[in-house]
Amino acid sequence: MARITASVYTSHVPAIGVAMDLGKTTEPYYAPLFAGYEPARAWMADNTPDAVVLVFNDHANAFSLEMVPTFALGMSERYEPADEGWGARPVPPVVGHPELSAHIAHSVIRQDFDLTLVNDMAVDHGCTVPLSIMFGQPDAWPCRVVPLVVNVVQYPVPSGRRCLELGRALRRAVESFDEDLDVQVWGTGGMSHQLQGPRAGLINQPWDNAFLERMIHDPEGQAAVEHVEYVREAGSEGIELVMWLVARGAMADLAGGGAPSEVHRLYHVPASNTAVGQLILEDGEAAT
Amino acid sequence: MALDKPYLDIPGTTVFDTDQAAKGYHLNQFAMSLMKADNRARFKAGEDAYLDGWPLTGAQKQAVLHRDFNRMIELGGNIYFLAKIGATDGLNYVQIVSSMTENDAEAHTEMMLAGGRSPDGNRYLHEWEGRD
Repeated sequence: MARITASVYTSHVPAIGVAMDLGKTTEPYYAPLFAGYEPARAWMADNTPDAVVLVFNDHANAFSLEMVPTFALGMSERYEPADEGWGARPVPPVVGHPELSAHIAHSVIRQDFDLTLVNDMAVDHGCTVPLSIMFGQPDAWPCRVVPLVVNVVQYPVPSGRRCLELGRALRRAVESFDEDLDVQVWGTGGMSHQLQGPRAGLINQPWDNAFLERMIHDPEGQAAVEHVEYVREAGSEGIELVMWLVARGAMADLAGGGAPSEVHRLYHVPASNTAVGQLILEDGEAAT
Repeated sequence: MALDKPYLDIPGTTVFDTDQAAKGYHLNQFAMSLMKADNRARFKAGEDAYLDGWPLTGAQKQAVLHRDFNRMIELGGNIYFLAKIGATDGLNYVQIVSSMTENDAEAHTEMMLAGGRSPDGNRYLHEWEGRD
């Protein structure tokens, strides 16, 4: 049977991908950030999963305003990096897991989540930057990826509570998949940032650090936080952080099992306009 | 009954909600068209003519021509769509974003390196009363 082994949380700032693509990671601006990523990469090298359910938001690349799905699941064998206006990133295509996608779709929809199923989708920096952060620059990504795309661009976006519950449903789906697979769930986006209006550039370090702490120890409490607090305290684009709750909801402690263990935590300001966070939680003991 | 929009009380911030999306549909779809290299080239070759191919309001068209991102956002634009106009101009996110603030790109980068814009004094509309 498939099992969830860990959850990974990371910002997906496009400039971090650009820094890697253009070989700027040792420049003074980026060197401390990439040094901070080293422990996460070392852990990942020892704990590479068979598949990742990668939770991210599309930034007006796969989806225009023609359709705005709240939760969309990729069903394909392959997803090409999107041309977001600057040309596509020079990274490998993302290889999917259609059988796992089909199983998750069936199970999660039966658990009352009305997923939109997407058979043809490009993936933008929301998906490719986390892969670059965790795996560096390989010729091919070392695991398969099931993209789970959450609308956090057009309001209303799903609540923290809804995201946490989706994570719970996702765990039940993965655990009922017959293939012997190690699966991680990654929640991406954030941390505090605002990319529009005269208030752009907002960063809230105390709030971000409290969020990291609550993600580990009080996910139910964090899930009850209203959207307006994210926007007011963490910036209009800081709302991306609700996606971390999908990954957190998939951990054993929210299904009656043991608490996860923190193996890595990083907080850094800035990358471009954004505060950067990263967290790795190994799953606790499953409920018996 | 009016919908509850508590985020309208946040200064210097426009939340892209369904009302804004309705206002900005064509503006955002125009910007989305710039994901294709051919369209970027056609736009750069003749912005007026290219924009006339989209049912924008006069105010939206002028805001695009003037690269007034704050105005585009007020008129229903969303930053992730509008960023494609900046990309077509060869700008990065720091350059696009800083153009909406009191800072140029260099001063904005300095501010970010110093920890970014503090939330203190920037949470509620009343805190910005009397500002230019």
